[in-house]
Order: sequence, then structure tokens, then C-alpha cells
Amino acid sequence: MGDEPVASDERVVSDEVVRARAPWSGVVAAGQTMRLVDLGGNQAVDCLLYAADDHGERYSAADTIVGQGNLYLVEGTTLRSTEGRALMTIVASTCARHDTIGGACSKESNSLRYGHHTCEQHACVENFVFEHLRHDMGKRDIQSNINWFMNVPVEDDGSLGIVDGMSAPGLRVDLRAEIDTLVVISNCPQVNNPCNGFDPTAVRIVIREPVA
Amino acid sequence: MNDTSTPLAARDHARAMAGTVVDAMPTMPPTSAAGLPAGVDPATVLWDEVVAGGGYTSLVVPRGARVRIEDRDGDACAGVLLHRAGRTAERLNVADTVKVQWQAYLGEGHLLLSDMGRVLAAILADTSGRIDAFTGTSNRRANEVRYGDGAPDGPTPNGRDFFAVALAKRGMGRRDVAPNVNFFKSVLVAPDGGLSWVTGDGAPSHVVLRAELDLIVTLVNVPHPLDPRPDYRVTPLRVTAWSGEITPADDPIRVATPEGRRAYLNSEAEAAVDALLGRG
Repeated sequence: MGDEPVASDERVVSDEVVRARAPWSGVVAAGQTMRLVDLGGNQAVDCLLYAADDHGERYSAADTIVGQGNLYLVEGTTLRSTEGRALMTIVASTCARHDTIGGACSKESNSLRYGHHTCEQHACVENFVFEHLRHDMGKRDIQSNINWFMNVPVEDDGSLGIVDGMSAPGLRVDLRAEIDTLVVISNCPQVNNPCNGFDPTAVRIVIREPVA
Repeated sequence: MNDTSTPLAARDHARAMAGTVVDAMPTMPPTSAAGLPAGVDPATVLWDEVVAGGGYTSLVVPRGARVRIEDRDGDACAGVLLHRAGRTAERLNVADTVKVQWQAYLGEGHLLLSDMGRVLAAILADTSGRIDAFTGTSNRRANEVRYGDGAPDGPTPNGRDFFAVALAKRGMGRRDVAPNVNFFKSVLVAPDGGLSWVTGDGAPSHVVLRAELDLIVTLVNVPHPLDPRPDYRVTPLRVTAWSGEITPADDPIRVATPEGRRAYLNSEAEAAVDALLGRG
């Protein structure tokens, strides 16, 4: 799923499957392209980005939204940092749009959204904090995030929510790094809403780079 | 000509400034504040300040306090961050705030939620109808493009650096500058996700927040990041805080929704422990 022949002018740097519910992180160098493939369909992939040489500069949903005057992430969107700088560009997407206003699920917010019986379920913030510790970061470094393949419409009356997804098995998004970017991912484990079709599944991450 | 040629002459010169009154300044002592909202006992006032357009402030308030932010001259934009006083790793989370309440357009009766599943503040009043949880504040680069300068020391300072400086003064730093809410300027979302900027008609308006835990309230008064006007236009704000009753169990905002009730339960459990630790 999501496979296409490697073009003659590029090579595959890495090709991994992130199992359901798991975190992942890695640096995508400037000029490389990272492909996320929704293997099972409607799998939210929560994502944080950092300038690799200065983690104090990181992805900002607000700056990205202001930069394009639009709430939704689509093919062509520039993913901007807290300083307004381009971190990555969505160079292709076969999923119509992606979310950046819905935040990341946590044990703590689960208690509000669904009840205290969900407090011990695994959550994206758990993945983010754990993965951050590998990079000398912590909870305070978690600011705004992207939710690849997740659908959060805002209606005319302002009502907003995570609804049935627009993704499907094999849909993918390609992100070109504009600067060296640390990507931190949580393959969302949420089972209380439709963000993962109530069945978290694996995603594939392929990083390619041009051949000089 | 001022004589500042010796330390004592310089001292006299400095002391002669005392009593100068300008528009943007704090009221000292706060209990001497004039023009308070009806029913506010001056003895309960914790803070009162006019914040310049292109300025910022930060105040600490205890649980139960009311924080009134007034767009006094009708063209201010208050970017606001909330952190828990003494436990600053916990802070406002705008994504959780809109997601948990199923509502993008915040207003009277809505809650400002933390990233730890607790209510930090309730919006007791909002006469503007313009609260923005999506677009954050300006950054230096954007202000350089728009106004020619974005530095904190320049004529058109940006909001992000003000937040960083204000938080650093309380022991925090850049990673604590979480996405903020804006009061008095807002955006509307079209079905395709497109945003339109919303401002008022120049009439004064205000919001009143009720602290549900001990808070650090940080406020920047800078042009909204989507303000299309080519010049840097932002009028002063007045910020007034006073102590008040802790939210009772039957408070209509507290019991309005199941999500909100659980947020209050989570905050109240923390506050009870804080009280035993002598912090509450």
C-alpha cells in the first residue's frame, strides 16, 4: 500500500512500519521527503516538528494557520515554526485534508471527554513525553501538533469535533523538509472516538532523498 | 537643565519624577484603584494596570479571583496565556479547550482548560463576542515583514517574544510559550477552512475570567496576527483583578456540561491537596 516505484533520481533512506499505538522519532534532513502511509485506513498520526539544531523552535499550528489563512492542512501547505519559518511542505497528499486544531489525546483529557474510566488507557501525550525524553525534552516542549489523516470540521455555529475520517487504506502524505527537522510521532492509540476508526493500526514511514 | 553631576544630585533628579502619571501604568496600591466595576470592593483588588498598545504584563492570582480585561478604547487585542502558579508545567491548552467543549467560538460560560484535564479559568463575562483560539500571536519575523520591525525594543514588537520575556521573569522560557487565546479580535471559519478576521466597531468591551486554580496570567497587547491593517494599531487595555468566592458546587457554569463537571472535579481534587500543603 502506498508503494510507488522509486524514481531514478531518488533513493530510499529508510522504510519502517510503526506498529499501532507506538511512538517514533527521527530527523528528516533538508531536501529529504518523508512519506506517511495510512496502512489500515483512518489512522490518526499525531506529529510534532522541531528545528533539528534548535528544539526551541518548533511546529506551530497557529503560525501555520495564519501563514495560509486556512484551518486545514492540505497539499501545498507550508508547516511553519513558532518563528514563522518553513519547517516542511506538504508536497503531495492523497487524503483530502489533515487536522491541526484537535490537539493530542492524553489520559488527563480522556477523563473529561469520556470519563475517568479511560484515565489508564494509553494516549498520544504518553508517547510524546516518552519519545521527548530521548531528545532531552519533556512535557513542557509539547505545544501544538498535527494530526495526519484526522478529520476535525468546524461548523458554522462553531461546533467542532473529531468525526469519521476522510482517509482510507493506502492513502499517504509526502512531507519535504525545508530545514533539518526532528519529527516526533505518536501513532494514535485512542479507542473512544472515530479518529482511528475505533481500531488503531500500523503506519509506514518512508524517507527518500534525491540522488545527487 | 537637570543637575545629575553627582550621586546626590542624580538622586534628587530621580526622586523628582515620583508622582508622574501616565496612561499605561499600574495602580499602586491596587486597592486604591478607581472606576471599579459595580459591586467590587476596593479592598479586594489584587492588581490594576493599564497595558499600553504594544505592551505586556503578567500577574499572579489565587483561586477564586476574578480577572477583568477591558478593551478600554475599543481596538485592543489581548493575547492571554495561563499557567498554574507554582506548577508551571501545567498550562492552558487551546486544542483541548475547543475539543473538550465541542466548540470553536468561546464565550461567556465556557472554560479555559489545562493540558492536564483541569479547568484553569471560567469565562464569566464576554461583552465582545470575539475570542480566538486558533491563530495565536505574532512573531518577530512576521512583524518584520508587515511593519518593518518586530523586535521587543522596536516600535512594533511581537507577541511571542513578549510572552517569552514575561514567562522568563517567572522562571520559565520559550518552551512555555504555549498557543494562546486572543480576546477582542477573532476569526470566523468558513466551510472550506478559510478564515476571516473579525474586529469590533470601536466600542469598549470586556471579559471577566474566574480563576479555578492559582494562576499566572500573562497578557500581551499586540495587533492580532491576521489584522490586515498595514499600520501597527492596538489601543491600551485595562487589567483588574480582585479576590472572589471559590466556585460553589451548584455554580451554573460548573454544572453546565458533563465534560466541564469532570474538569472541575479534577481541579478541585488538586486544590484540596494544595490547601493541605499550605499552597491553596
